[in-house]
Amino acid sequence: MKNTKLIFDITKTHLLSRIKQSSIAALGVTFGIGTFIILVSFMTGLNGLLDGLILNRTPHIHIYNEIKPSKIQAIDKSASFAETFNVIKSIKPKQNQSRIHNGKTLMDHLKKDDRVMGVCAEVVTKVFYTASSVELNGNVTGIDPYEEDRLFNFGDYIIKGSAEELIRTPQGILLGAGVANKLSINIGNKVQLVTPQGQTFPLKVVGIYQSGLAEFDNVQSYVNLAMAQQLLGEGSNYITDINVKLYEIENAEPMSKFISDKYNLTAIDIKTANAQFETGTSIRNMITYAVSITLLIVAGFGIYNILNMLIYEKMNDIAILKATGFSGKDVQYIFISQAMVIGLVGGVLGLILGHMISIVISNIPFKTEALPTVDTFPVNFNPKFYIIGICFALISTFLAGFLPSLRAKNIDPVEIIRKQ
Amino acid sequence: MSKILEVKSLNKYFRKPVLFHALRDIDFSINKGEFVSIMGKSGCGKSTLLYILSTMDTDYEGELFFNENKITGKSHNELTQLRNEDIGFVFQFHYLLPEFTVLDNVMMPARKLGLKPYAQIKKDALAKLALLDIEEQAYKKASRISGGQKQRVAIARALINNPNIIMGDEPTGNLDTKNSENVFNILRDLSDTQGLSLLVVTHDKDFAAKTDRVIEMEDGKIIGTGIV
Ligand SMILES: Nc1ncnc2c1ncn2[C@@H]1O[C@H](COP(=O)(O)OP(=O)(O)O)[C@@H](O)[C@H]1O
Ligand SMILES: [Mg+2]
Repeated sequence: MKNTKLIFDITKTHLLSRIKQSSIAALGVTFGIGTFIILVSFMTGLNGLLDGLILNRTPHIHIYNEIKPSKIQAIDKSASFAETFNVIKSIKPKQNQSRIHNGKTLMDHLKKDDRVMGVCAEVVTKVFYTASSVELNGNVTGIDPYEEDRLFNFGDYIIKGSAEELIRTPQGILLGAGVANKLSINIGNKVQLVTPQGQTFPLKVVGIYQSGLAEFDNVQSYVNLAMAQQLLGEGSNYITDINVKLYEIENAEPMSKFISDKYNLTAIDIKTANAQFETGTSIRNMITYAVSITLLIVAGFGIYNILNMLIYEKMNDIAILKATGFSGKDVQYIFISQAMVIGLVGGVLGLILGHMISIVISNIPFKTEALPTVDTFPVNFNPKFYIIGICFALISTFLAGFLPSLRAKNIDPVEIIRKQ
Repeated sequence: MSKILEVKSLNKYFRKPVLFHALRDIDFSINKGEFVSIMGKSGCGKSTLLYILSTMDTDYEGELFFNENKITGKSHNELTQLRNEDIGFVFQFHYLLPEFTVLDNVMMPARKLGLKPYAQIKKDALAKLALLDIEEQAYKKASRISGGQKQRVAIARALINNPNIIMGDEPTGNLDTKNSENVFNILRDLSDTQGLSLLVVTHDKDFAAKTDRVIEMEDGKIIGTGIV
């Protein structure tokens, strides 16, 4: 369009000659977009933190052997009772079913699958912790510390000592923070584990583990896989749990279904296990967008009002422009571009304001027991939000400017000139 | 002699608030280079006629010719273009864009036309302002100059695209005698030296007497035309 520069010059003069009103309109947008950026960065930062709290260390698929009675009882296998209606009362599960049979084979299969990032074997058992006269019950999990750290960020939750220390110390144990607290022991001390079979094992505390979930930290401890197998008096093929991490979380559900069907094991995928977290995330996102859109609608009404007023004041100008050869469309572009300039300037200032306040927030100290890996407020500086923000600003100001500009387009110059 | 403007059996009705026959069977033409004035009592339809002739009002019956081309029934865009290029309009109330400089106001229609580069348009605009003897006001805001000066700026703006005709609706109606005479002399001079066609509505008998031809109107009709 050959008139672009002319139209822009007129727009500029109109806006600058009522700089106060233009600034107020732009500030409305700045406020709306700034709030959007702050809210969305903080909310998604928080989401990321909470997701990290649970999801980062949660296996995408958790495979274990649930203790439950066999579905198929001996009588069902017998041909002579196939036609009869069989009732068996008080079915009890078999003892010691928690072991995954052929666990190593299953792990090898999984490791070869190219959807799988990694696989960890675990041995879980109940124990009593004893130190001096205190006796506590709890869980001990035998792990491969190296793989657990690589796949599930295990090391992030060790507040004293380290995963390497555990690897180096076959007789070592990483105590849950709550357990250590209750037993009043620390790194370097000894703790006795009493197994369900009644055997006692003296272990050396090489670190303290804190997940942030108190009920977990009050019972849980970690030892090396071989140590756990030894606690139970089992060989190196004994595995109770397999944790799988995938490249794509979307594959978790179909894969877990496949595993539980094919291997007759219980396989829980991450979405089923943590459904409530996704709900929380989507509700927080909804609040963020609802608040921002509300603010932008308010800003939009401000722009609509100011442009309407401007057009009312500029009736004469519009009549002159039309009388001297400007078309309705030209006049419409003049007013739309005024709205868009307000939107662009207000929007960019909003991004800058939002970014600065987000930086301030991200530097505010935020220390809490429950989140050992965090020391300032979590803020997500995702460029995507800034693109959404500026699009928001332009779209809402375009909509706010459109109706007034249509009015300007349709003004009959004769009517205005006659009124003088 | 060729006609710059011609109307044939023009009728205009206002439908609101009541049906009102504002212009009745108007027939006349203006030759190239002619300086014509329209006189008549207030409310007789002079402005209404001028808005139709200037193509801003298209709601009429009859036919309008510009440069011997029929323009009745042309699209809004074609008429806008015609107004921009071939018709200069001067209003009673100077009608400048108050926030722009005098120079910007004069340049505006030429920039809209877009045939010349900016620098050339600026030179032309300054030349027009010089022609009307107000080039020293060029960089002032249009709202900061006197009424007589504004009217001269409006004439300069009407001239910027070298139109075929200039129309004025009581262009001196708002000015004192001295300024009024000044503006008339400018128009007379443009007609004499540049061969510009002019059609000017006026209340001023002395003014009308100095034009080539006077059209007299009453109650929406032309009641007489002649050299005074
Ligand atoms: N928009 C309108 N609606 C109805 N009547 C109108 C309108 N504009 C003008 N008129 C009437 O048409 C007549 C002619 O008006 P106008 O052309 O302005 O007169 P003049 O310019 O000769 O003083 C007047 O009686 C006026 O009241
Ligand atoms: Mg009039």
